[in-house]
Amino acid sequence: MNKFTLPLIAFIALIALLAVGLNLNPREVPSPLVGKPAPDFSVPQLHTPDANFSPKEMLGKVWLFNVWASWCVSCREEHPIIVEYTQRPDAIPVIGLNYKDKREDGLRWLTRFGDPYVLSAFDLDGRVGINYGVYGVPETYLIDKAGVIRFKQIGPITPKVLEEKILPLVKELSK
Amino acid sequence: MNASMKLLLAACAALSLSLPLHAREAAPLAEDPVVEKRLIEISEELRCLVCQNESLAGSQAELAKDLREEVRGLIKEGKSDSEVKDFLVSRYGDFVLYRPQVKPTTYLLWAGPFLLLFIGLFALVRFLKQRSKEVVDTPLSDEEKKRAEALLKEVQS
Repeated sequence: MNKFTLPLIAFIALIALLAVGLNLNPREVPSPLVGKPAPDFSVPQLHTPDANFSPKEMLGKVWLFNVWASWCVSCREEHPIIVEYTQRPDAIPVIGLNYKDKREDGLRWLTRFGDPYVLSAFDLDGRVGINYGVYGVPETYLIDKAGVIRFKQIGPITPKVLEEKILPLVKELSK
Repeated sequence: MNASMKLLLAACAALSLSLPLHAREAAPLAEDPVVEKRLIEISEELRCLVCQNESLAGSQAELAKDLREEVRGLIKEGKSDSEVKDFLVSRYGDFVLYRPQVKPTTYLLWAGPFLLLFIGLFALVRFLKQRSKEVVDTPLSDEEKKRAEALLKEVQS
C-alpha cells in the first residue's frame, strides 16, 4: 500500500461528506409532529365566520390539511395542483388553513384561483400555525383516520411529491 | 450649498428616519422588565426558522415576532425556561435549539470532536513510535572518531 493511499481515501471521504451536506436542503427541517396526533383547535371558517372548524370533525377520514395565504407567492404555484387533484374521483378531502390573512383577501384569492377546499379554517393570529409548527407557507399535512399526522410537506406540493409521496401514503392509509 | 453638503444632509435625514424604528423595537421593555429580560435570554438560545442564521431574539421575521409573543405569554404563565423550550421543540423540532440537547441521537455530535482528537493522537503516537524504530543508531568506527576529534581540534584552535 502506497503511503498516500490512506490520506487519499480520507480526503475522498471528506469530500463525499461535504458534497452530501451541501446538497441537503436546510429549509427541510424534519417535523417532530409526524407520527403524533394533529393538534386540536377550533377557529372560525373563512367563508362562514359564525361556524367553527375543529380537526376532530375529520376523525375517521384520511384528509389533507393545506396551509395557505393570499400573500404567499409559492401558494399560487401550488394551487393549480391542488385544484386539479380535488377534481379526481378518488380525491380525499382537502381542508385549508388560511394563515395570517385578511378575510377579504383570502376570499378574493379563492374566487380568482378556484376553491379546492371542503372549507378553509381562518387562522388570523397564526396560533394554529404555531401549534402545527408552520414556518414557511405553504405547508401540507396528511392526517389519517385516527387523527395522526403521517406526512408533512414543507413548501409547495409539486406533481412529483403528490404522485410519489402523498398518493401512495393516502392509498395505504385509506385501506 | 454644494453637492457634498447635500449628500451629508440626505444621509442625516436617512439616519433620522431609521431612529423611530429603533424606538419602537425597545418599547415592549416598558411592559415588564423581568419578563422581557427572560424573553431575551430564552429567545437568544433559539433559532428563527425563517432566517435560519438569526436568533429568535434578533429576527424581524413575522413568525419570530409571533413566537416571541407566544414565549412572552408562556413566561407570564410562570413556565420555566426548559418548559418554554420544550414547547417550541415539540412543534419545530430540535433544530430550533442552538445548543442541542444531549441524548442518543446527538451523542455523536457532542462526542465527535473528542473522538476525532483521540484518533488523531493515537495516529500521531503510532507514527512517532514507528519512526523511532526506523532510525537505527550506528556508532562511529575508530577511524571516524579520530577524524572527528581532529576536526574538532582544528575548529578549537
